[in-house]
Amino acid sequence: MIEVKDLNKSFGEAHILKGITTTFEKGKTNLIIGQSGSGKTVFLKCLLGLFNYEQGSISYDGKIFAQLSEDKKRDVRADIGMVFQGSALFDSMTIAENVMFPLRMFTKMSKEEMLDRADFVLKRVNLENAHHKFPAEASGGMQKRVAIARAIVNKPKYLFCDEPNSGLDPKTAIVIDNLIQEITDEYQITTVINSHDMNSVMEIGEKIVFLKDGLKAWEGSKETIFRTDNEVVTDFVYSSNLFKKVRKMYLEENQ
Amino acid sequence: MFRKMTKWSVMKELILKDIDDLVIGSIGIVAFISFFVGSVVTIQTALNIDNPLIPKYLVGFATRQSVILEFAPTFISVIMAGKVGSFITSSIGTMRVTEQIDALEVMGINSINYLVFPKFIALSLYPFVISIAMFLGIVGGLVACVYGGYASIDDYIMGIQIDFIPFHIVYAFLKTFLFAFVLATVPAYHGYFMKGGALEVGKASTTSFVWTSVVIILLNYILTQLLLS
Repeated sequence: MIEVKDLNKSFGEAHILKGITTTFEKGKTNLIIGQSGSGKTVFLKCLLGLFNYEQGSISYDGKIFAQLSEDKKRDVRADIGMVFQGSALFDSMTIAENVMFPLRMFTKMSKEEMLDRADFVLKRVNLENAHHKFPAEASGGMQKRVAIARAIVNKPKYLFCDEPNSGLDPKTAIVIDNLIQEITDEYQITTVINSHDMNSVMEIGEKIVFLKDGLKAWEGSKETIFRTDNEVVTDFVYSSNLFKKVRKMYLEENQ
Repeated sequence: MFRKMTKWSVMKELILKDIDDLVIGSIGIVAFISFFVGSVVTIQTALNIDNPLIPKYLVGFATRQSVILEFAPTFISVIMAGKVGSFITSSIGTMRVTEQIDALEVMGINSINYLVFPKFIALSLYPFVISIAMFLGIVGGLVACVYGGYASIDDYIMGIQIDFIPFHIVYAFLKTFLFAFVLATVPAYHGYFMKGGALEVGKASTTSFVWTSVVIILLNYILTQLLLS
């Protein structure tokens, strides 16, 4: 579980995150949503320890990250898997080498054990015959799946995904969403996804935190987001006519 | 750069890869340039000696001094700032814009140690490249001198032996070690701390080449003043 208390972050004069308090629970897919510029990426980078913040605290299973020694911080980071928006695969390594990278850095496994584990996770993300390809030879969807495989290979406790569906066609996006939810459930990981894809919100949003102008404007789940009368949320989530109709139908059916 | 060192088994491979990319991969161009610049220095010296009182061996002497003191350590380093420096800046810069450096940091890896330290160690072999440049520069001069008919082979060999001061070699390699440090760090700095996208990677490579060259030329002046004056 990740707990965030009164998180404040500024860049110079610009106050980006304004006192965010929330909890991301274990075994759930937690989504951070909001418009571009609402502070989602800054929030995620604060959670990852890539940005320092002025005020507040972030704790991983009770351990306040900012108060840990460098060695302890490294231990926490070894428990984090991250799927970047652009996948961030290492260009100079093959797909199998990319997946084995965290194992090489943090475990004492033999090469055979690492290969077995990479084989297992690549099968888990439905990539069985791509071991020797380089990232540049793989499609966007394949790269995302490799990034997920690399993120989970070392059995992380926390999985972060920054816009995992960006640049993917709707069908592949659903495959990636479902894969993340299955993995979260299977390994009981605390998953935090940064997204503005409404399909993801409806499909896998077990907990949703809505940010607006750096403030937490709303939080709930995919069930409660249909019923909320918070105008800020409904303006954003149901901005398309299709979603307005879906919501209307849902509310009529569930009256 | 030296905090939280990367696991040795991984670091060893990175160092070997960087030795291949930065040192072995530069030998061809360095050999080609050194041979022909050594030849040209010899021809220019020979053509400018029109006084019959000046001994012919001066051609070899001038070539040796030019190649060992300046051409090999300094000008090859400026050329390497273009070849190796741009490679370092663009490869690290591309990793920055594609979030590969963020990926390393999130994993708890000291990205500066992972990316820069192997280059630093690999370029400690840079004096080996400069030795080749010195040797081939002088051989190029010999070939041009003999085949151009400017002096006999004996005169040239006498020229490269006469008034030899061993400290000049020490001076040249001291410079080389410092230039190797500059070649590893200045381009890495420009790549690591760059901001923006693909266009900025190109701009960072150009800026890195300019600054690496400027630092090398300034250091060359300071070291020459300190060590030879």
